[in-house]
Amino acid sequence: MNTITAPARPAEAPFHYDSAANREFGFWLYIMSDLILFAVLFATFAVLGRAYAGGPGARQLFSLPYVFAETILLVLSSAVYGIASSGARTNRIFAVMAGLGLAFLLGLGFIFMETKEFYQLIVDGNGPARSAFLSAYFTIVGTHGVHVLLGLIFMAVMIGQVLAKGLTAMVASRLKRLGMFWHFLDIVWIGIFSFVYLIQVI
Amino acid sequence: MVRHITGGAPFRLGRTIDMLGKLTLSVIPFHSIIVMGAVGGSILAGLIILGLITYYRKWPYLWREWITTCDHKRIGMMYVILALIMLVRGLSDAIMMRLQQAIAAGGSMGYLSPDHFNQVFSAHGSIMIVFMAMPFLVGLMNIVVPPQIGSRDVAFPFMNAVSFWLTAAGAMLVMASLGIGEFSKAGWSGYASLTEKQFSPDTGVDYWIWAFQIAGAGSTLSSVNFLATIFKMRAPGMTFMRMPMFTWTSLFTSVLMVFAFPVLTATLFLLTLDRYLDMHFFSNDLGGNMMMYVNLFWTWGHPEVYIVVLPAFGVFSEVVSTFSGKRLFGYRSMVYATAAITVLSFAVWLHHFFTMGASPPVNIFFGIATMLISIPTGVKIYNWLFTMYRGRIRFTTPTYWTVGFLMTFSIGGMSGVLLASPPANYVVHNSLFVIAHFHNVLIAGTLFGFFAGYSYWFPKATGFTLDEKWGKLAFWCWLSGFYMAFIPLYVLGFMGMPRRMHHFTNAAWHPWLIVAALGTAVIVAGVLCLAVQLVVSIRNREINKDITGDPWDGRTLEWSVSSPPPEYNFAHIPVVNGLDAFTDMKESGAAYAEHERYFDILLPANSASGPLIGLLAFMLGFGMTWYIWWLAIAGALGIIITMIMRMSNDNTERVITANEVGTIERKRHEMISSALNNEQPLRTLL
Repeated sequence: MNTITAPARPAEAPFHYDSAANREFGFWLYIMSDLILFAVLFATFAVLGRAYAGGPGARQLFSLPYVFAETILLVLSSAVYGIASSGARTNRIFAVMAGLGLAFLLGLGFIFMETKEFYQLIVDGNGPARSAFLSAYFTIVGTHGVHVLLGLIFMAVMIGQVLAKGLTAMVASRLKRLGMFWHFLDIVWIGIFSFVYLIQVI
Repeated sequence: MVRHITGGAPFRLGRTIDMLGKLTLSVIPFHSIIVMGAVGGSILAGLIILGLITYYRKWPYLWREWITTCDHKRIGMMYVILALIMLVRGLSDAIMMRLQQAIAAGGSMGYLSPDHFNQVFSAHGSIMIVFMAMPFLVGLMNIVVPPQIGSRDVAFPFMNAVSFWLTAAGAMLVMASLGIGEFSKAGWSGYASLTEKQFSPDTGVDYWIWAFQIAGAGSTLSSVNFLATIFKMRAPGMTFMRMPMFTWTSLFTSVLMVFAFPVLTATLFLLTLDRYLDMHFFSNDLGGNMMMYVNLFWTWGHPEVYIVVLPAFGVFSEVVSTFSGKRLFGYRSMVYATAAITVLSFAVWLHHFFTMGASPPVNIFFGIATMLISIPTGVKIYNWLFTMYRGRIRFTTPTYWTVGFLMTFSIGGMSGVLLASPPANYVVHNSLFVIAHFHNVLIAGTLFGFFAGYSYWFPKATGFTLDEKWGKLAFWCWLSGFYMAFIPLYVLGFMGMPRRMHHFTNAAWHPWLIVAALGTAVIVAGVLCLAVQLVVSIRNREINKDITGDPWDGRTLEWSVSSPPPEYNFAHIPVVNGLDAFTDMKESGAAYAEHERYFDILLPANSASGPLIGLLAFMLGFGMTWYIWWLAIAGALGIIITMIMRMSNDNTERVITANEVGTIERKRHEMISSALNNEQPLRTLL
């Protein structure tokens, strides 16, 4: 395992710029600000969630078993990411690759299912322009989906980095932040599943 | 073959037009002399600057030392330069508005078309808040906060550069709207459903959306950066309650930014979806809710007011304490007052639209919350006064701005308490009274604060002090010009004149508007004085050189290093034992102590990715505005690819060796001791 060959650190300097700890702290702050963005979308959905404008409502459109399957994929993806995290901590590169690969595939499955759901809705004439309710629905679910997509790109890059560089300190730090991001998206999805799908359908 | 070519030509022509989306030659307003004059002037000024840079062969220097830099001081200076340029642009809009309203009385329609007038007031507000006040305060934070907390840079130097270039890209979009198409005509707050596609079909609102969106992303990144910097990078011994007041206000401003800016991002995103994908968030059909836009906008918009004013409060705290030669009175209460304002600022947004029709209990809640803000603000005013009380006050330019602020801001604050009462608010809602009020707090609070900070920290950033005579002249022009320009608006508000009027028939309003226009002329004189001050100061930079790095007998750590500070700020990270750390060091004789050994220092390496991301963001914004989809997609993909490249780069630092540090530091000590031996005044007593 090659470690990072940083230039000789000044004996006296109390900190190292862009240190992993600072980056993680900064990433927590970013996640907080991103949560605010989702909070706005949740608030918007709370206001417009029943504004069907004469169109179909949640009960006609959503299939809970389908969405539950999506949820299982994403939650499992988040769980298997744990394999990668613990692998990074104990320096087992195979565990890291297996965890990342599995999490990636499960995430991809989630995106596939979501795209299919969107496609079906739009084809049936229930696209986001149909009513304020559908605008709010497509936006909150779609914004989460775009986040997942960016997470998948991030994951693909990290698979490449682990292969090319091994588990250096920098790579391990990035893996940790990717993990934070991935679990964060899971938590947001639980919120979406509960407030956008479950409550609306029940 | 031949048939293919002849058949292909019109097809290709058609494609070329498609390639440019809605963009054609006809969108350039050749018919308007005023606009073309402004465009021509801007382009000419740009060409002259580019020509001079080329003539003096400064491109390599500019690229190496400024454009690709990740040094917080350089980035801070670029922010301030951007703010000053945009101040001139925003001021030009103000002049045009005042002139129009001074002329367009009785039957006259003035010299601006209604369409143009609407663009002018929309651009004025947008520019002054997002492209003047924001860059100015983030610039000051960049220059001051790291050295003030004994740090060598911000937590994420590269992200800092990205923030700046995103802000610059947003500003460029606003500037582009001057000559290519139009800017928004829906006011700086862009109320839906006027900003919906149905009512604003042209590209103006899109320019506004993307300029705000891109600059807003930069601001969110800045706030994350400064929170991490202040939480994680303080020198040993600097506990929270030993942080200088400017650092405190920067911290609270960052807290506000990290909470408020995502709301703006989301709101503009929803409006974008309405406009581009025919969704129905804020439309007045198919279930949309336009009051939701107003609520969301001010959920960002009101904290934004405090985002721009809190750092100014920090500047005044530093200036008052330094130039009174006293520790800040009631430091703790100042911190808690700032915290109270931070919390309350999220609970008052509805006072921007009491007339929405909410029930009385709702209006009363927001009215009282608004009035409550005057309590912590009052605490601050008294703290500043008591700091000055029995102090040895030195009347420098920053002190002038501060005293002018104390009086003028108090008036503006009191008119704010008046507006906080829902019944009174109903009477003057949407009138010029409101305009007078918020200019009274924003000019006297924010802008005077920034000017105080500009003259206070100018020597720290550049190495020489600003000319005092021209600075004071600028102050007097601004102060008297402000009263002349805005007190009439209070009167006009009571007389019932609505804001944003293109022309009017009420003859009684006319004299007051002429006075206001004359006041604007005095403010313009103030800006000219600031320009002359800059030129005179640069010319006399050897005479006004700041040799010690401490021209004002400062009290905080940024004054303990040279002016301008070396790239690493501190060769040895200072140890802090109390508030006013540098005063302590001077009293104990620890200031300017020479060290025997120096160490290697790691600093962020330059990166071209920052300006590149700014350029790509501009492409994204411009492409989206004009429906040039390939350009927008190229911009977005480019940003993602640049980020991935950056993410894969592990060598983002460079080393300054102990020898280099030693050379720089020994030179500084020689300068200080020769200055002391020659008994040159240390400029501590001015």
